[in-house]
Amino acid sequence: MYSFPILTTMILVPLAASLLILLFGNARMTALAGTLTNFVLAVILWMNFDNNTAAFQFTENLSIFGTAFSYHLGIDGIAMLLIVLSAFLMPLCILASWESIEKRLNEYMIAFLVMEALMIGVFSSLDIILFYVFFEAGLIPMYLIIGVWGGARRIYASFKFFLYTLLGSVLMLLAMLYMISKSGTTSIPELMEYKFAAHTQMWLWLAFFASFAVKMPMWPVHTWLPDAHVEAPTAGSVVLAGVLLKMGGYGFLRFSLPMFPQASHDLVWIIFGLSMVAVIYTSLVALVQQDMKKLIAYSSVAHMAFVTIGLFTFNQQGIQGSILQMLSHGIVSGALFLCVGVVYDRMHTREIAAYGGLVNRMPAYALVFMIFTMASVGLPGTSGFVGEFLVLLGAYHASTWVSFVAAIGVILGAAYMLWLYWRVIFGALTKDSLKTITDLSLREKVIFAPLIAVVFWMGIYPASFLKPLDKPVAKLVQQTRIGGAR
Amino acid sequence: MESFGQNIFLVHPEITLAVGAMLLLMIGVFRGDGALKLLSWIAVAVYGVAAVFVTILPADRLTAFNDLFVTDGTARFLKLVIYTASAISSVIAIAYLQRRNINRFEYPILIMLATTGMSMMVSANDLITLYVSLELQSLALYVLASIHRDNAKSTEAGLKYFVLGALSSGLLLYGCSLVYGFAGTTNFEGLRTVLHATLEQPPVIGVLFGMIFVIVGIAFKISAVPFHMWTPDVYEGSPTPVTAFLASAPKVAAMGLMLRVLFDAFGGLSEQWRQIIMILSALSMGLGAVAALGQTDIKRLLAYSSIGHIGYALIGVAVGNHESISAVLIYLVIYMFTTLASFLCVLAMQRNGDQIEDMSELGGLAVRQPKLALAFTLILFSLAGVPPLMGFWAKFYIFKSAIEFGGLPMTLLAVWGVLTSVIATAYYLRIIKIMWFDKSSQDFDKPDYLVNDVLLTATTLFVSPLGWIFLGPLQAAAMLAARALIGSA
Repeated sequence: MYSFPILTTMILVPLAASLLILLFGNARMTALAGTLTNFVLAVILWMNFDNNTAAFQFTENLSIFGTAFSYHLGIDGIAMLLIVLSAFLMPLCILASWESIEKRLNEYMIAFLVMEALMIGVFSSLDIILFYVFFEAGLIPMYLIIGVWGGARRIYASFKFFLYTLLGSVLMLLAMLYMISKSGTTSIPELMEYKFAAHTQMWLWLAFFASFAVKMPMWPVHTWLPDAHVEAPTAGSVVLAGVLLKMGGYGFLRFSLPMFPQASHDLVWIIFGLSMVAVIYTSLVALVQQDMKKLIAYSSVAHMAFVTIGLFTFNQQGIQGSILQMLSHGIVSGALFLCVGVVYDRMHTREIAAYGGLVNRMPAYALVFMIFTMASVGLPGTSGFVGEFLVLLGAYHASTWVSFVAAIGVILGAAYMLWLYWRVIFGALTKDSLKTITDLSLREKVIFAPLIAVVFWMGIYPASFLKPLDKPVAKLVQQTRIGGAR
Repeated sequence: MESFGQNIFLVHPEITLAVGAMLLLMIGVFRGDGALKLLSWIAVAVYGVAAVFVTILPADRLTAFNDLFVTDGTARFLKLVIYTASAISSVIAIAYLQRRNINRFEYPILIMLATTGMSMMVSANDLITLYVSLELQSLALYVLASIHRDNAKSTEAGLKYFVLGALSSGLLLYGCSLVYGFAGTTNFEGLRTVLHATLEQPPVIGVLFGMIFVIVGIAFKISAVPFHMWTPDVYEGSPTPVTAFLASAPKVAAMGLMLRVLFDAFGGLSEQWRQIIMILSALSMGLGAVAALGQTDIKRLLAYSSIGHIGYALIGVAVGNHESISAVLIYLVIYMFTTLASFLCVLAMQRNGDQIEDMSELGGLAVRQPKLALAFTLILFSLAGVPPLMGFWAKFYIFKSAIEFGGLPMTLLAVWGVLTSVIATAYYLRIIKIMWFDKSSQDFDKPDYLVNDVLLTATTLFVSPLGWIFLGPLQAAAMLAARALIGSA
């Protein structure tokens, strides 16, 4: 096994970079260097990753902070891919805010670097309390990012974001404390082996559900998301959609499914019910949005409902599909927010009605936007297809009706995305304000190029993403089956 | 029976403080008001010496003066915390007092006298000691609250504090007399023996009444709801350094006294007092969270915040086992540092030489004084209990002990606790919002007091994740102290 503490290094590199910014300034270059270093580390992590085991790798364990918790890190395939996703998106976020952020640049970059450290911490924690600490601490930088650099209703959005997610999480903390007092351990791998009594499982499951459902976000507790997205700066939206939303799904995978299998089976109707409502309802809401970011935010809620459906099918295809859907959504909706950011930087409006006929002046932009629209719709050959297809397949095994409703969601998703694309890009360029709009700059092309590459990579050769997931998901399926009632 | 020499040895720290106060008084009389700075630093040295004496006290539980006074792990732990808070409170006031022409040399002396009282409070082993030490502390505090005697608000604060404090002392004394009347002894160990003997049958109603009055008297001092009414007014009216002191050391001492009384004297009645403490706790957490939402004055807000914090600490008291008491002690330490840090920030926020107390005037602090704003932000998040800051661990240990204790009422109390902490977060967020998101046209004064800046930096680093390195030692020390308290019960 690898003796170099690479996970700790990945947590510390962004923190060190933020310290350097605090001391010496030069925020843009330092932040970019820090995030790129982390991306290189993430690639090294992936290359050294052993696909043939479900056990946790790259583990580190230190007990130096008293008996309450231990600094226990380690990753399996699921966590590894999410860490790579975070490390991949971060440099792009820094690049995306290269020019659009003018005020308080140092603080902005520090907030992003701290976010990155915390996100990697969440995905690599193998101690339940350490997980909670990282999980919650992310609220602080995100609150500041929305509140300081956001749009007009930023203060309302930042409060809503913070209090909503905190309220969800404190109940989870109590559940965690109960689990610790029952099992006498804070280690996640050990807790996965521990069998909780059926009736307590239900309460614990509900407490975790309260937290993860808000983070996910699931209908009807999703309302913080559109507000937070609309008011956050572009890069903030990318992080929010790309990585923060994955924490909820990751939480279900890491805690709810393996630790409370009985409750997961018993309460699956909650998940399926809410997800089906979300797929249809938020898709319809997305159809009527006037604001581009809000539309994409609602589409996120719909896509996340696919993820929850897939997770609770309890079979290999469904779970792998939903993890892939999470990754794909991280890339695609992040990229879509970047696309909105491109025109927003030029026109300073996100109103769909303010645009139209952009293809005439921005052909490169039209192409990029189209690729991501297609990926969001789930066109075969793009990343969106694989995840959606596997989820539908898995859902069909679990329940025909659920997959039927989900399939309708796919159609609605195509409707609102294509309509958005049509309204913004096609038609004649009639508006005077758009007459001088310029196409993508080199910096923007550099941002989009890797995203496009990954979208096609995941769509055409998903095996490189599915392989690391095989063993951990197989183990997860087995864990959920042991206590399962079916 | 212990020898006279041993008696004296055990009260060495208190003697040091008392003699130190006299010494300071002498120097002050001869040097005049200009000696404030000198006296404050000598006071710090005296606290240091007293702290050293505390550390060389034997670890066992020993009593002195015919069981009037006890020293054990709990007392030593709390004394060190109290001395630290008093020392910090003495020096952070210098600049404030000098600038406002209230540089009276009595200031550090009064703090030291109050500290002597507090030091005895946490060592009380008899209702008589309890009352005498509490009064020694309180009288010094009444004078401190009104030390800015030309200022109507400060005078009002002192008077209010005095009148309500006297009322609570009356209740306490009445309770003591009832307990004595029905139990026939004022000694804590004696009380425990008597109350233990009657465990089989329901406790005598008179003793119960007495106990309730005693608890109410102490609840006044820790400002637990519904006995909190004096807190916002006194906090707002007192000069800011005095408020910082009032919010830190006396709270720790009164909490220590509460532990002493509940576990040493009324340990046999835990089923009875647990309900009372739980109700006090639930009310404090609720009111502390909700009432602070509407405040505009930052000191009033911190007053309500401290009420809420006492509520969380009381959860641990109500649970009443080793883990929970050590959680309470950890809570008190972290609370003490965080509170002092928050008042250091309030002291540093000035405009044209005037203290800013209206929160809405803090707009734009993050632009004009980013370091101060960052420190205050971390401290407020810590007060809110958001990880990874130290305030989270304070709450964490408390809730952990409550969940481990189990049972529906305690679980509900913990749920209530986390819910109110979310509500409380809203008002901390409001201050942060004003500092970071709002704009301001006016500039702030640059902080120019080196000592305050150093202390603020140190305390901020303590509440930041760097403070995690203290978690292990702190937990071990608190556990030892808790064992001393419960082991004796």
